[in-house]
This record gives sequence, C-alpha cells and structure tokens, in this order.
Amino acid sequence: MGEEQKKETFTEKVERLKLSTEELLDMYKTMCVIRQFELMADKLYALGKVHGTMHLSAGQEAVAVGLSRATRVDDYLINHHRGHGHFISKQANINLMMCEFLGKEAGYCKGRGGSMHIADFSSNNLGANGIVGGGIPHSLGVGLAIQMKKMDQICITIFGDGASNEGVFHETLNMAALWKLPILYVCENNKYGMSMDVERVSAKLPIAQRAEAYGIPWHYIDGNDLLSVYEHARDAAERIRSGNGPVFIETQTYRYFGHSKSDRNLYRSKEEIETWKTTKDPILRFGNHLIESGLIKPQDTEVYEQEALSIIEAAVAFADASPEPDPSTVTEYVYA
Amino acid sequence: MPEITYNEAIRSALREEMRRDERVFIIGEDIGRYGGAFGVTTGMLDEFGEKRIIETPISEPSIIGAAVGAALLGMRPVAEIMFMDFTLLTLDQIGNQAAKMHYMFGGKAVVPMVVRMPGGSGTGAAAQHSQSLETLLMHLPGLKVVTPSTPYDAKGLLLTAIRDLNPVCFIEHKLLYKTKGEVPEGEYTIPFGVADIKREGTDLTIVSNGIMVHKALAVADRLAKEGINVEIIDPRTLVPLDSETIINSVVKTGKLLVIHEACETAGWAGEIMAVVSSSRAFDYLDTPMRRLTGKNVPIPYNRILERAAVPQEEDIEREIRAILNGAY
Repeated sequence: MGEEQKKETFTEKVERLKLSTEELLDMYKTMCVIRQFELMADKLYALGKVHGTMHLSAGQEAVAVGLSRATRVDDYLINHHRGHGHFISKQANINLMMCEFLGKEAGYCKGRGGSMHIADFSSNNLGANGIVGGGIPHSLGVGLAIQMKKMDQICITIFGDGASNEGVFHETLNMAALWKLPILYVCENNKYGMSMDVERVSAKLPIAQRAEAYGIPWHYIDGNDLLSVYEHARDAAERIRSGNGPVFIETQTYRYFGHSKSDRNLYRSKEEIETWKTTKDPILRFGNHLIESGLIKPQDTEVYEQEALSIIEAAVAFADASPEPDPSTVTEYVYA
Repeated sequence: MPEITYNEAIRSALREEMRRDERVFIIGEDIGRYGGAFGVTTGMLDEFGEKRIIETPISEPSIIGAAVGAALLGMRPVAEIMFMDFTLLTLDQIGNQAAKMHYMFGGKAVVPMVVRMPGGSGTGAAAQHSQSLETLLMHLPGLKVVTPSTPYDAKGLLLTAIRDLNPVCFIEHKLLYKTKGEVPEGEYTIPFGVADIKREGTDLTIVSNGIMVHKALAVADRLAKEGINVEIIDPRTLVPLDSETIINSVVKTGKLLVIHEACETAGWAGEIMAVVSSSRAFDYLDTPMRRLTGKNVPIPYNRILERAAVPQEEDIEREIRAILNGAY
C-alpha cells in the first residue's frame, strides 16, 4: 500500500500536490488537535465527567484531515458516530464541541445531542448519526438538492466499515450512480465494526470494490497516509464537482480506543494495537516526513502537541464554566 | 362548489403547490408514467418533468432518507410510499432520522417533508397491504400525523403539510380515493390541530378518522330518524390533537365512543379516552367510555373475514345502541 510502492519522495509529492509549508503545518497541527481532543475525552470519561458514551477516533486523524483539506469548507458533510475528527477538521469551534460533549446548553446542539449527534448547520456540517449507515441515504437528497439548486458544492458522506453491510448502503450507491449525484463516499475502514473484524463480516474485500457493482469509480487506500488521502480526495472532488457522478474511497485505518466506553478489547490483541500505534500512526508518520524534509525540527512536534493540548484544556475550562440546560426546556425543539 | 374525488383533491394540492413553490418535488416508486399505484400523480410527469417527479428503484428506506437530506437543504420533498405497510421498511429513516433531527441537533436542523402513505383495508390485499399504522407514528415525537377523511380535508391538510417545517405523515385511506366531495378551486389551507365536527348531535360523541368517519355518518343518519342525535368528530390530525373539541363534545353528550380501523391494543382510541378521563369532561360521563376498533389480527384475504376484522356499519349501530341503552 501507498508510499513503499511509489518511488516518489515526500518532498516530490508535496511539490506535485502544490502544498505550501503553511498548509502542511496546518494539517499536522489539526491532527494534533484531534488526537488531544480524543485523549482528553477519554480522560474526562475516566474522571466521571461524561454522562453518556463516546466513540473516539484516535489513530484515524489522517482520514479526517486529508478529506477536509482536499475539499471546500462549504461542501456538505454527512458524518458517522465516530465523528469528532471530522468536525474538528471542518473547523468546528472546539469550545462549542466540548460543551456538546459535556452536555452543556452552549454546545452545538444545546446539550441535546452529545458526542454522537454533533452538527453545525451554519457550516454545512449536517451532523453525525447514531444509527450505523443512517446518514448514508441522506446524501441522495443532499445531492438532488445541490443539482436542483444548481450549486457547486459536493456532499462528503463518511461511514465506517460496519455501515457497508446495511441495506441503505447498497440502495444509496445505486441511486447516486443512477442520478450522477455529486457525492464523495468515504468508507473509513478502521478494521472493526464494534468487535467484528471486517474480514469476518465481508464476503469479499476490499469493501470499496462493492462500488464497482454500481459503476462507481473506487479506490482502496492507506488511510493513515495523510497525503494519499488528500490526493485521492482532491482528485475525486474535482471529478465529482465537474458533474461526473459519485466516487467511492475506502481508507484503511485503525482505531486505538475501544468501540465505546464499554469495550474491553477482548477481540484483538495488545500487540496488534501496539503495532499500529508504533509503526503506522498517522501523526508520527507525517511528523517524521516533515522532520526528514527539513520543514520542522524534531523538537517542534512536542511544541505542536502542547499547543493542541492547550486548545483542548481551554475548551474544557470553557465547558466547565458553561451552564447546564434548564430542565424546564426539556420539551423544546420537538417541533420546528 | 365543484365536486371532485379524494384522489383528485390530493393531486390538486400537489400540483398547485409545485406550481407555487419550486422547492417542492415528489419522490417515490412508479409515480411517473404509471401515475402511482393509486393514480394520485397521474399526469404530473408531463407537467413537471422527471427532475421534480423523481421515480426511484424499489428502495423505500432510501426514498425517505433522500427526502430527509433534501429537506435539510431547504427543499420541500413529498415522498410517496406505495402502501403504508411499506413504511415499516423505512422506520429508521422516519423514526430515528426525520423525527429526531430537529430535537437532537438542538433546534438547528429543520426537516420539512411529507410522507404520503395509503393505508387501510377493504381491497382484498391481505396482511401486508392493508394496515392502519397511525398509532406507531403517533408514538414518535417529532412527527405529525394526518388522516384526512374527505376531499376537502385532504387538499387543505396536504397544503398545510407541505408548508409545515416538520416531517408530516399523511395517511390516505385507499377506499376514499374514489369518494367525491365539494372542494373549492384554488388555494385554501386547513390548520393542523383543529378537529372538524362532521355531524352535530347531543346524545353521544363519536371520535373517528378516515373511512370510519363515513361509516359512522351513515349510521348516524339512520339513527336520526329514530330521534337519536350522534355527534361525530374527526380530529383530522392525530398529532397535533385537538383535545379541546373532543372534551367540549363529551361535556355536552356525556358519552364517548372512539372508532378506528387500526388494531385495538395500544390503538389511539386509548389515547382519546385518556385525554377525556383526565379532563373536566370526566365528571360529565354518564356511561363508561367505549372503543370500537379493528381486531388484533393481521388483515385476512377472504372477503368475509376481511370485513369481520374491522368495524362495519352494523357493528357501529349495535355499539351505539348498547351505549345508549345503558348496557355498560
């Protein structure tokens, strides 16, 4: 997969993709913020400050950042339940995210949604979904609306490996291809649907080849290689925006934390988790490339990590100081 | 006022609203050249074209999902689910997605969409094409549930449904499609949450919807010749429910009979009785409240069995007489 096969060096690739140092550093820093958000979420849970559950995306940062930087800020996003990284990379306000995570009135959804349902309609972020695959068919309506209103956005629809076995996955791919809708489908394969290894639940891999059945161009790529995600998403977005219909990208990645708070990781080995952390970590890999190409110094990575942590700590302080929702408002927002 | 059918009234609402508002489109199965399984969208493809009369594969969950997505972007989708029974295929999209988005996103998502669904028995279509599932939908906060019984109500309520900012389940009874009634030309709307007193009376309050309103009316007309005056209230929208009109009527008559085709267990008759029994009308009741509903069975195919599964005029007459004779 990926870089071993290509002779191209990191520097050559950066030049070919016309990415500035500023852009590369923004990508690196954003991955750090996502990682620190997830580590803090885990810590807050351990401290008993989180009322509900959470699905953390540590280890999957390159997918979120590669996708968001390859597409436009005003493109539409349909997200899955492990969605913190995608919100952060779509330039969410971290303070409001943390408020939502902690159930505060100032949160994106006024504390009614929580970790699994963060949305920001003002930035075309149409929300995360607690139902596996539940958001996939919404892409059809978003795509149709984009066509009818003659807008030039695309709809990025992200779901996990588990969602690819839901019926709506197939229904939706069929219709999206039929109607040439402007949608980028991204299957963020983190190897496990809760406890089920993707190999135990998929008759044929990669998942992306299922798109072939609907005549949709597909790619199966290393989701922990930031620039590979960026390049494939950028090319796909251009093709989609030009009116050529949907594209399907499967990004192979790995989640470090368990599925949710109840997960004791009984279905995978500590060695497996460690191997991914030490040899395939997206932040480590991209950081090493930046160091090797002389764009940052080795000690800079720690500085960026600290900066990211400060942002998250400030968000926690902001959320801690924010009021809880008033119980008398519990029945508000049922109807518009 | 011209007389048109229930079917034509629905088409007229769709057509007028699509002419008025370019955000409105219809999505569903066989709604183009075929005109929909019950012919409601007949001729609309010619006027509006396939970009606004969107025919889909047989993929009900994603039809509703597509409507949700379009509604989130400010469109006004009207989805047609060929038979209400197929709504069960779509419950995630209706119940977990459409119904909950406004709330779970803190009031920031708006999902203005209509799902039209023909329900009810009487066509020999048996267990999977004959159900009355309105209670299932009433139990999901975030949805509005509309069950028009006349062409006039169908048109006025559908215009309101399309303009409403929430997901609206619009339940049409199959046996009503060919019934006729007076419908004014041009635009008029009927607000949600306003019941219609289909017949005024003093002796007994009947609350009913859909086809059962017509059966109750026929019985009431016959009983009127004997001097029995039955009041018939059609809530028209079950969510939101016009409790006040029902309560006022029971205060007047002192007797309540709720009639619906849907199954008895946890059916909405129980909800109406709960509303009345916890209101000031309770003190005015002079007999126990009663319900006459579909039996707790799947709708059978055989004509005699199918009739026996849901209330018929003779059942309604018998029940009214029993209540008035103090049988309970």
